[in-house]
Amino acid sequence: MQKVTLKLRGIEQVLEGEVNEQGTVEIQGIDYELDALPVDVPVNGTIYGTLLNYQGAFEVLEPAMKEAPYKNPPKAPVLYIKPKNTFISSGKPIPLPEQVEALEIGAALGIVIGKTATKVSEKDVQEYIAGYTVVNDVSIPHESVHRPAVKEKARDGFCPIGPWIVSRDSVDNANDLRITVSINGEVNQENTTKNLIRSVEKLIADVTDYMTLYKGDVLLVGVPENAPLAKANDLVTVEIEQIGKIENRVMSEQDVIGGDTV
Amino acid sequence: MKRARVSFGGLIQDAIEVDGKVKLNDGRMVEEADVVWLPPVKPQTVFTLGLNYADHAAELSFDAPKEPLVFLKGPNTFIGHRGHTVRPSDVTFMHYECELAVVIGKTGKNIKKEDAYDYVSGYTIANDYAIRDYLENYYRPNLRVKNRDTCTPIGPWFVDKEDIADPMNLTLRTYINGEIKQEGTTADMVFGIPELIEYLSSFMTLNENDLILTGTPKGSVDTKVGDEVITEVEGIGKLVNTIVGEND
Repeated sequence: MQKVTLKLRGIEQVLEGEVNEQGTVEIQGIDYELDALPVDVPVNGTIYGTLLNYQGAFEVLEPAMKEAPYKNPPKAPVLYIKPKNTFISSGKPIPLPEQVEALEIGAALGIVIGKTATKVSEKDVQEYIAGYTVVNDVSIPHESVHRPAVKEKARDGFCPIGPWIVSRDSVDNANDLRITVSINGEVNQENTTKNLIRSVEKLIADVTDYMTLYKGDVLLVGVPENAPLAKANDLVTVEIEQIGKIENRVMSEQDVIGGDTV
Repeated sequence: MKRARVSFGGLIQDAIEVDGKVKLNDGRMVEEADVVWLPPVKPQTVFTLGLNYADHAAELSFDAPKEPLVFLKGPNTFIGHRGHTVRPSDVTFMHYECELAVVIGKTGKNIKKEDAYDYVSGYTIANDYAIRDYLENYYRPNLRVKNRDTCTPIGPWFVDKEDIADPMNLTLRTYINGEIKQEGTTADMVFGIPELIEYLSSFMTLNENDLILTGTPKGSVDTKVGDEVITEVEGIGKLVNTIVGEND
């Protein structure tokens, strides 16, 4: 049974619940189906993504790492920011820009920070984690990672997140969770956080060495190799074992306004 | 009008500039040196431009980009006027970057450059420190170089848009310990403020108190522990910062 905190649309205060084995959520003594809950974005901090943190993703780029423009393999975690305009909840449409054929689906475990974390050592990391959430780090496909990919990664609606935050103590081992991406109900990608180069603990230690993370910030552990592509009208499901799943449909940006359909 | 956020006597409050002094929200007049200066706006999404002055790009052996080179900053990196910026003990080259910061005043998407200033509320100064030792060629300039705690002083004042006749013609200067080290003008930006607002809003929504740090001209040199670094933008003010060591 997972303890979760969640936010519902139209209600300011945050709710607490428990996920049962049947997949229903008990909130204040009543059982609800997840699909019946109008879940909102469960966090309000800054979301930081991590590039090349899956062994497989690293290996894909590795042959080019000695060549220009990279010249050397990366030493420190490669980070980027998903700003607020990208956040949407499960159930809301992902806008597909005009002239873009398909979007890359980045299935990411999000570590939700529980208290101000500066220069945290690996052995102390756990006490700074509030819990975990599911993130779809959407991008316009781009081969080069030499320059920051703001235009490709920071567009409105490019960061579905949710459906809730699972408390840290409800997760057995965040470095051993199965991740599945399905498109229109068909499994397109499977991987596991066992393949992380930097574990959750190592990543937080390395990042907070120079950059403070605050309560409510989210650090994504990375995106596995062979990211699936989704086209207009595809229904994308990202599911992480013990955490939950988020589901969003890709829709032409002409049909999306303020995070909703028109 | 020049506006600030300061702490005085244990209270955080808004303030304005009157005759070179700080007038607190409750009416008291105090000296600049007697308040703790906070960033003058609470930054939301922060865009920063790399290589946006052709002479600085050449100095770093790059051609000026054909499309704006943009990266983002998180809230951890900002500190106020008269603040302290940490220089790690193992680095050999840490330089300031004097930049005009544009403050967005209202929500906008697909803004045309002709209308761009309608979406600007005002301006401030940012010093966008970079530690070149930590540069790596992945999403460069990477966050370890550009988003460190304490490494983006901002302020002292937020200056209303109406008070700046032409933001694309302002002199930028940086002084280390009183000696001028960098001088340029916003007239030399590769992509000007209207073009940047049009570019960014073409793919994402801009919101109130988003910031655009517009890049720095030529003349970046190393700074050492103990240096007082002043970044100045004509008509906006002088932003004072001191470099400290890791254990200071």
